[in-house]
Amino acid sequence: MSTETIIWLLPLPPLLAFFLIVLFTNRSKALSHTIAVGAALLSWLGSMIVFWRVLQVEKLGENPFVYNINWMPLGNSWFRIGVQIDPLSAAVLFFVSWTILMIFIYSIGYQNYGQPKGDHDRPGLAPHGATVTDEHGHTHVVPSIEPLYSRFFAFLGLFAFGMYTLVVSDNLLTLFVGWEIMGLCSYLLIGFWFAKPSARAAAIKAFITTRIGDVFMLLGIVYLYSQVGSLNYREVFYDPEVLHRLATTPTGFLGFSTAGLIGLLLFIGAVGKSAQWPLHVWLPDAMEGPTPVSAMIHAATMVSAGVYMSIRIFPLITADWHGHALTPAMTVMAFIGAFTALFAATIAVAQNDIKRVLAYSTISQLAYMIAALGIGAYVAAAFHLVTHAFFKALLFLGSGSVIHGVEHGVLHTGEHVDPQDMYNMGGLRKKMPITFWTFLIGGFALSGFPILTAGFWSKDEILSDAFQHGHWAVFLALAIAALLTAFYTMRQITLTFLGQPRSESARHAQETPWTMTLPLVVLAVMAIISGWVGIPEGFPVLSLFVKNFFHEFVAGTLLEGPAPVLFHPVPLLTSLVVALGGLALGWWVYRDIPAGAPDPLQVRLGSLYTVLKNKYYFDELYDFLFVRPSYWVAETFTSLWMDRTVIDGILHTVAAVTITIGNGFRNYFDKPIVNGFGDFIGENTKKLGGIFRTVQTGRVQQYMILALVSIAGFSALFYYLLVFGR
Amino acid sequence: MIPLSWFLVFSAGLFSIGLFGVLARKNAIAILMGIELMLNSVNINLVAFWRYRGLDGIAGQVFAVIVFAVAAAEVAVGLALFISIYRRRNTIAADEIDLLKW
Repeated sequence: MSTETIIWLLPLPPLLAFFLIVLFTNRSKALSHTIAVGAALLSWLGSMIVFWRVLQVEKLGENPFVYNINWMPLGNSWFRIGVQIDPLSAAVLFFVSWTILMIFIYSIGYQNYGQPKGDHDRPGLAPHGATVTDEHGHTHVVPSIEPLYSRFFAFLGLFAFGMYTLVVSDNLLTLFVGWEIMGLCSYLLIGFWFAKPSARAAAIKAFITTRIGDVFMLLGIVYLYSQVGSLNYREVFYDPEVLHRLATTPTGFLGFSTAGLIGLLLFIGAVGKSAQWPLHVWLPDAMEGPTPVSAMIHAATMVSAGVYMSIRIFPLITADWHGHALTPAMTVMAFIGAFTALFAATIAVAQNDIKRVLAYSTISQLAYMIAALGIGAYVAAAFHLVTHAFFKALLFLGSGSVIHGVEHGVLHTGEHVDPQDMYNMGGLRKKMPITFWTFLIGGFALSGFPILTAGFWSKDEILSDAFQHGHWAVFLALAIAALLTAFYTMRQITLTFLGQPRSESARHAQETPWTMTLPLVVLAVMAIISGWVGIPEGFPVLSLFVKNFFHEFVAGTLLEGPAPVLFHPVPLLTSLVVALGGLALGWWVYRDIPAGAPDPLQVRLGSLYTVLKNKYYFDELYDFLFVRPSYWVAETFTSLWMDRTVIDGILHTVAAVTITIGNGFRNYFDKPIVNGFGDFIGENTKKLGGIFRTVQTGRVQQYMILALVSIAGFSALFYYLLVFGR
Repeated sequence: MIPLSWFLVFSAGLFSIGLFGVLARKNAIAILMGIELMLNSVNINLVAFWRYRGLDGIAGQVFAVIVFAVAAAEVAVGLALFISIYRRRNTIAADEIDLLKW
């Protein structure tokens, strides 16, 4: 098949899988997951073929694969939609296809395929376990299969369709379509266990919070279209004249240029989708969904989509920048990125839920990329996006595996403990060796463990860029955030895997099936090797063997590719110190926590810890500022006053007046005049008929006499007329 | 030669007898016979006028023959109807056959 056909077809298999499962195969769990995984495999295969062919092209950035068709007639022109693979989308496509495939495979094990049906499982609740009797007559409680197993795979398929659409599209409109499909799917999947009130609330929160960003993004798209008349990447972001015109047209809004304002509006969309401050609140709550969903949303697809879009609109934000002082839009991005990176990292330190730590870590890492874009480090942001997707997917799937293992222990012992609380774990490295080693790799990659892991190279590149271009505030914030990242990552690893078990459930935890560990291993490999493509030039020893391939590849996406950041010892030393220091500190503080002991930080930090634990009270603040006023407006103003008093009042008055007028017409016009006239005619016709009908005797001879008399009469008349009428 | 007016007077008398029969008799068959008389009086008129006024053609005779044929057909239909009525209502008295009465 030609490359064009393959690119067009990339998003299709998951969509087909969605419809097939929903319409036909939802009763058969095995068939459903076969279709879903098969579809993911097809898309993966296609992506790999496309990626391979893309690598063969010299200077892909200048000659990307672009194919589009006329879609919607607009007066005398057409709105064209199509697909495009340039170096950036190729890189994104690469990690998206890998992680999606791994998540699909992982879901089979996570949703307990092959386990018996639960004793009293209900659709919409996580499975509660099933009682089985083994051959010796002992009864055990084992994990039971998810009641809505097929539905889960259908949703995953639709989600994957959204992401593939977003990656291959060549214009902002189809990107937005994929974006919104993912928004819907994240709502459906976060609320997958919809019978749980907290999951319902989290789903609504995620949907509405990202919606706020989406509205601004749509405004940005409309604004861009009204200014340029096109949404195609090639025609907007790669046309120096258009960019220059946008950059020099003032808007009169806070001194932003048109380019800056459009970029900012689009960026707000990314803030919502990538959960940046101040729209970060939905993402930790999204942990209510099943773990593969968390991985899907937080690593491979949705939040990456936000950053991907920000990278896409980079030419717009940096229009007429040329490496001098940051444009206003860039300043905003750099500020939000640096602030969120630090802010989310501090919260993550005080969370006990294994998935929530990762959620905040995701916010923090995405903020790294946003900050990198804000200071113009285009390639570094894209690089961190790729490596982060791999190790964060690995960490989420690993945490899911841990939860799964501990849940097994909970079912086995019948204890009532939270299987997600790290203080109920400990010592899992012997019970779950594969999960432990892969999680360790992921955690070290997240912390930026030197040389070996991917996270080190990408994070180092961002720090290095910030340092060498003199953005000190950003550099400092990111360095501290990196220290905190290493600290909470090691805290998580230590509490979960090292030391002694702190609950009976952890003591009876069990390694998960191969469908779950296989993706972990694959992603762990990726989490290591994906960093080696971006080793900076001039790095001691290593750069002699490997070129900075990633930079050459992705930098070509821009019109004027940024110069690669050369090696510099200060940022390297900084990242070494913060990574190793944070890891060591995390291990040292948490190395030996007995069961039931408080968090050592709680003892040291006191009330600050409480603030961190409660996420700076942002939920409460938003509740106070937005949620409750909304309820108040809805109930008191809209419902009671506006609706029931004003609108109902108007309606009732109109109704009463109408009834009065109608009654008047009925009693004084319709009944006496219209009806009277009709009745009069009818009655009189009847009476006349009654008189005349006696003529009809039915006797033939009378009729004949009548005929004779009439003829005689008429004859006489005619005779008279003929003779005397002259 | 007998003048034309005699034929006309005879024919008018015959027509009047037929008309009386039709109007005054109760028996439906008698009414039918009255109708025959009236038709035949017309025939007499036709033939008489032909004989005295229109000798250059045979239209009068032909007309009379057609009236015979029509009369015969009419009698056949009328008798069939009366037999049918008699079978259903057991009467052929004209004033009792009043189904079309109000």
